[in-house]
Amino acid sequence: MNLTLNVWRQPNRQAQGKMVEYHVKDISPDMSFLEMLDVLNEDLLHAGQDPVAFDHDCREGICGSCDLFINGRSHGPEKGTTTCQLHMRKFSDGDTITIEPWRANAFPVNKDLSVDRSAFDRIIQAGGYVSVNTGGAPDGNEIPIPKEIADRAFEAATCISCGACVAACKNASAMLFVSAKVSQLALLPQGQPERKSRVENMIAQMDKEGFGACSNIGSCAAECPVGISLENIAILNREFLAAKATSNNLA
Amino acid sequence: MLLDSKIPEGPLAEKWEKHKFNVKLVNPANKRKYDIIVVGTGLAGASAAASLAELGYNVKAFTYHDSPRRAHSIAAQGGINAAKNYQNDGDSVFRLFYDTIKGGDYRAREANVYRLAQVSVNIIDQCVAQGVPFAREYGGLLANRSFGGAQVSRTFYARGQTGQQLLLGAYSALSRQIAYGKVKMYTRSEMLDVVVIDGQARGIVTRNLITGEIETHAAHAVVLATGGYGNVFYLSTNAKYCNVTAAWRAHKKGAYFANPCFTQIHPTCIPVSGDYQSKLTLMSESLRNDGRVWVPKTVEMAERVRQGQIKPQDIAEDDRDYFLERKYPAFGNLVPRDVASRNAKLMCDEGRGVGSTGLAVYLDFSEIIKRTGAEAVSQKYGNLFAMYEKITDEDPYKQPMRIYPAVHYTMGGLWVDYNLQTTVPGLYATGECNFSDHGANRLGASALMQGLADGYFVIPYTIGDYLASTPPKPVSTDHPAFAESKAYVQARTERLLSINGTRTPDQFHKALGHIMWEYCGMARNAEGLRHAKAEIQKLRSEFWSDVKIVGSGEEMNQALEKAGRVADFLELGELMVDDALNRNESCGGHFREEYQTPEGEALRNDDEYAYVAAWEYQGENQPEKLNKEELTFENVKLTQRSYK
Repeated sequence: MNLTLNVWRQPNRQAQGKMVEYHVKDISPDMSFLEMLDVLNEDLLHAGQDPVAFDHDCREGICGSCDLFINGRSHGPEKGTTTCQLHMRKFSDGDTITIEPWRANAFPVNKDLSVDRSAFDRIIQAGGYVSVNTGGAPDGNEIPIPKEIADRAFEAATCISCGACVAACKNASAMLFVSAKVSQLALLPQGQPERKSRVENMIAQMDKEGFGACSNIGSCAAECPVGISLENIAILNREFLAAKATSNNLA
Repeated sequence: MLLDSKIPEGPLAEKWEKHKFNVKLVNPANKRKYDIIVVGTGLAGASAAASLAELGYNVKAFTYHDSPRRAHSIAAQGGINAAKNYQNDGDSVFRLFYDTIKGGDYRAREANVYRLAQVSVNIIDQCVAQGVPFAREYGGLLANRSFGGAQVSRTFYARGQTGQQLLLGAYSALSRQIAYGKVKMYTRSEMLDVVVIDGQARGIVTRNLITGEIETHAAHAVVLATGGYGNVFYLSTNAKYCNVTAAWRAHKKGAYFANPCFTQIHPTCIPVSGDYQSKLTLMSESLRNDGRVWVPKTVEMAERVRQGQIKPQDIAEDDRDYFLERKYPAFGNLVPRDVASRNAKLMCDEGRGVGSTGLAVYLDFSEIIKRTGAEAVSQKYGNLFAMYEKITDEDPYKQPMRIYPAVHYTMGGLWVDYNLQTTVPGLYATGECNFSDHGANRLGASALMQGLADGYFVIPYTIGDYLASTPPKPVSTDHPAFAESKAYVQARTERLLSINGTRTPDQFHKALGHIMWEYCGMARNAEGLRHAKAEIQKLRSEFWSDVKIVGSGEEMNQALEKAGRVADFLELGELMVDDALNRNESCGGHFREEYQTPEGEALRNDDEYAYVAAWEYQGENQPEKLNKEELTFENVKLTQRSYK
């Protein structure tokens, strides 16, 4: 396949960016999208030009590093797929493909297609954990957890923190990401002691990072590569209201 | 230097308890006077950083990822072993110890492995308390499954993503300490040197991958949790960024490198489909429970398959060779990883491989589908079948999967003593980065166990023993050794940028990977290894005169990062070859063709090679010096493995 690529190029955070057109030839339909970009980058390097910077690592859909906005969609056209698991057979010979970084104020561009998602880390640091030190934990079977609850907590915990939800949202809201962690720990008995402060603190940090508000459109869940359910946002709203109504936070 | 493993005296079961009592402690009020650097935030690094900070030490943690949660531990699928005996099926600490020693083909240290089995039970408790959503039974208790190399069900799991869930547990503990200010987190920072002052590790030099700035960081001790070096083969199941650089720089600063030739090749991976291929994807080992492995009986038939003239499902039963069932009637398709891998390679070497490249064998589910129906198979393996179809565009319900072995894990690594300290005082290595627990072959579901054991339950005790004998005086980067290290790193970066040759870092990496795979992969022989050594030396010298990178060091420059890693792989590769040449026996993942039984099985030589080969760096382009740590087995009997 021969393709035309429109790629966002931006030398660094401060610089102005722009779309640049490239052409790649003899792309195999069996290549992954990132392998296609590898081809482009090898071509650029041979030509003495700066290769396109992009985030990637495991290339099997679990590390959450890859983050491309392809033809106006988070991770491209295939449902339930990260960019690294998207294959070129989903495109046709002669196609023009537009590739942009995640666009959100809270995710500034590092260079080209690579963005800074450390805002997600700071939200977790605000409370996305159970405060237990190493050692002294009770036996793993001390507290039985109903299978249905454990399974639901697991479903919420599968979030890979890629940021596709933020990129897909017209408000650049991080509600799906935050809700996944809040639900996981609100469902489990281990999360109960800090249940209220957790949701309050994580929401406060989310707002501080500059993510937008949720307007219940649901594009986040539709574009999530691992299928985090919109139900989690409902749980988050409930948890937040309940926490605020009976808050222990005096500030 | 005489290698002192510092294994405590006394009966095996009491060593760790006694040792914990005998190690020196740091007074709680003094702990905050000590700084510790942890490099890498996978299971071994994140758990260590969090646990050390909880104790009161000041921790600086480093990762080259944009977030500590993205380390390759995240990709582990199967599970984590622990000797809980929740299933009442006869498991015990000793049994887990025994299985691990035997699985490692008797090339691991008894005392370390026993400790690993002991603390395995604490890991599960810790993770549950953190909110890790392990699989559970309807009664609410934890579920287990069985795994290769064991006859008990001791593997805890979180569907097919146990690695991610365990890492998120450790990441959450780490995040909490970052919020408390006890851990200072440096993301997108790549370690490029260890600073050694008066024989002791005192800090590191890093490159900020966004700005390109070279930074120096001082501490009283340094912990490397930087993973394995499987990417020396270019194609592997490792993530793209995985590299040996941190461990290799430590090696050049005096840390011995142990058993570098011990690499694990996993038999069931999706085969290479073309030159552009960037990585290989694992298909869970569990598929071999129901899938049958075969190739066409004749080279002619295989050729027709490769040409696409005949489809595998149309090949008659009589024209198929179920080679594992034929050669190993007792174990059949369930032989261990190394045996399955080697035999697949043999078939392809004979010209009976399939797929367009001829480098694949079939894993066929037609019989189980016929017997139990597609629905039942989908219940069991649905997600794997879907992943296979996504990558290959072939439907495994209708035609057999094509699989081929791929590099998966490295048992070798930095030599450490019982305290996980390398041969450089104050420098520690944990997780896959060290060599300690898996001998010549790792059992499934044991990598996660070791990473977390080291980080949560071993290093927090053993590092105190060292720090207690180090005065709690502040350390600073003012010492000339830091400036020297920084200058070395800068000079190397400038040298890489100045070459302006014709070949990209990826091209060199692929060429190296080809040599390693061909001559130091699943089967090795002296002649091939000697050839590989010369080839690697040639490639390395070409690299330093012909590599092409553009841009500068003062910006985000992924080609530059890559070039630095490839340069280190080009040195490590030669050491792996030397180590494989030195070890005149076959054991675990190391199969020397000259040393096999008449039936073609691995033939150990316990009289001459029951030792750890610890290599000592001697300077640029100098042969490394071999140091030996003899392995003594007091609690298990050495036997020959047989699967016939």
